[in-house]
Amino acid sequence: MKAVLPVLVVVAAIVVLWYGAAVWMNAAWVRDQAARAGESVSFAQMVPQTLNQERPVLPTPHQVVAELWKGLAGQAVTSKRSLVYHGWITLSATLLGFVIGTGAGILLAIGIVHNRAMDLSVMPWAIASQTIPILAIAPMIIVVLNSVGVTGIVPKAIISAYLSFFPVVVGMVKGLRSPDAMQLDLLSTYGASRLQTLVKLRVPASVPYLFASLKVGVAAALVGAIVGEMPTGAVAGLGARLLSGSYYGQTVQIWAALFAASILAAALVALIGGAERVTLRRMGIAR
Amino acid sequence: MTWVLGTMLFWAAAWALNIRLAASGLAQSRMGRLVVPAIFGLTLLGVWEGLVRGLQVPAVILPPPSAIAARIAASPDILWVDFLQTFVKGALTGYAMGCAAAIALAILIDRSPFLQRGLLPIGNFVAALPIVGIAPILVMWFGFDWQSKAAVVVVMVFFPVLVNMMAGLAASEPMQRDLMATWGAGYWQTLWRLRLPAAMPFVFNGLKIATTLALIGAIVAEFFGSPIQGMGFRISTEVGRLALDMVWAEIAVAALAGSAFYGVVALLERRVTFWHPSQRR
Repeated sequence: MKAVLPVLVVVAAIVVLWYGAAVWMNAAWVRDQAARAGESVSFAQMVPQTLNQERPVLPTPHQVVAELWKGLAGQAVTSKRSLVYHGWITLSATLLGFVIGTGAGILLAIGIVHNRAMDLSVMPWAIASQTIPILAIAPMIIVVLNSVGVTGIVPKAIISAYLSFFPVVVGMVKGLRSPDAMQLDLLSTYGASRLQTLVKLRVPASVPYLFASLKVGVAAALVGAIVGEMPTGAVAGLGARLLSGSYYGQTVQIWAALFAASILAAALVALIGGAERVTLRRMGIAR
Repeated sequence: MTWVLGTMLFWAAAWALNIRLAASGLAQSRMGRLVVPAIFGLTLLGVWEGLVRGLQVPAVILPPPSAIAARIAASPDILWVDFLQTFVKGALTGYAMGCAAAIALAILIDRSPFLQRGLLPIGNFVAALPIVGIAPILVMWFGFDWQSKAAVVVVMVFFPVLVNMMAGLAASEPMQRDLMATWGAGYWQTLWRLRLPAAMPFVFNGLKIATTLALIGAIVAEFFGSPIQGMGFRISTEVGRLALDMVWAEIAVAALAGSAFYGVVALLERRVTFWHPSQRR
């Protein structure tokens, strides 16, 4: 209770501010309409008109929630209007890319830990690549792959894989190196081979690090899939909903898609967080 | 075919050289730590060039590095204009405003533990969301020019910096705060002389994360509409014209700008938090 109350208060404050901003930002349109009709509107008349406009500058929270509900539950899930349909398209690309990126990242991390030349050559680039805006190449990957005939889920998944790859590499290298010299020495006194050391010591020790980077990676993968849906001309997916909403001035649709994407991101991170808690408890290293 | 074979040989030779270097004493030195990755980077470029030539990959799919370098050399004026538009006007302005606002808000709510407990989970939550999605909305509100890009950047950098600043303000130890109190220091004196310096390692952590976010925000926001200049604009239009050498040139500039930006903040961090254990050598 002690933790929930402040959060609720802050959320309530944000909602109140949001309504205030909606009234303030949508008022211009109401005044315009009134001026065209030759009428004048009082403040009390204006406020209700700002709250339910068709194409508001800032949609009110209840409009967004209504649109979100309509998109999630009001349609058949196969309908092009359904956010479940678009969300699934984005989610499938995200998950495919995330799995590929994570797998490749773990493999590279194992290589880096075991091979000094690889460590010295690749690691600085893996770290430096986190400081560059990789997302900028998304349109190019989509268009180029389209032109060689690869369409659909794969180009988006490649972007997602690329974005989730580097956090996993960096986190896993740290994790695989986390056993200290004493533990490594112990295993070598047991006569353990490098493979046995990897399986019995390094991999278990890296699990907390892996989960931390998985959380970063899955959020990045989702952003990659969303941005990857934009250059193909707004066909399907949450990114396409954002783009078509911005083309046609459907602000309520943009906000609903944005909220759907946020719910998806929060659910993915929460899912990994849950898996983390269960796994760490089973392994006896819960914090 | 000779190109492909030559590339394979080049790759093998460079990799063998790196293995030798990594095993030698040079790898312990500062020099070696720069030389080995540099050789690896050059190898990648060489393999790229060789394979593109050897397999005759069309330039509309993957231009060779030499063509990209030629494009960079041929159009520095376009690249510079785009750089100014996206990086200096969009990303830097938004970065400064967003970080300042986040730090100011963290200090403002510092006196209210209630607000802190409310804001911290929300800040952590929002930091994981796909905030770039807000770009189309802000482009509608602030127009096509750099103002809307700066606004996207403000929103993107705000929460990571806020969360880190709040953690930083809580970082000074009770013993240290008691000491300040026994010296009769007021709130502002304690803030200025103890808690802000103690917060700096955390703040810089947030500031470094925010450098990448700022550039991503500014570039992606241009995909939703921009004047006829800017890195994101150039990338999306030149991709449409299949002028991929220009796209790669922009990406090279973006990568360079991103790393330099990060480097400057990291350098600043070393100057400001020279006392912190992580900076000792």
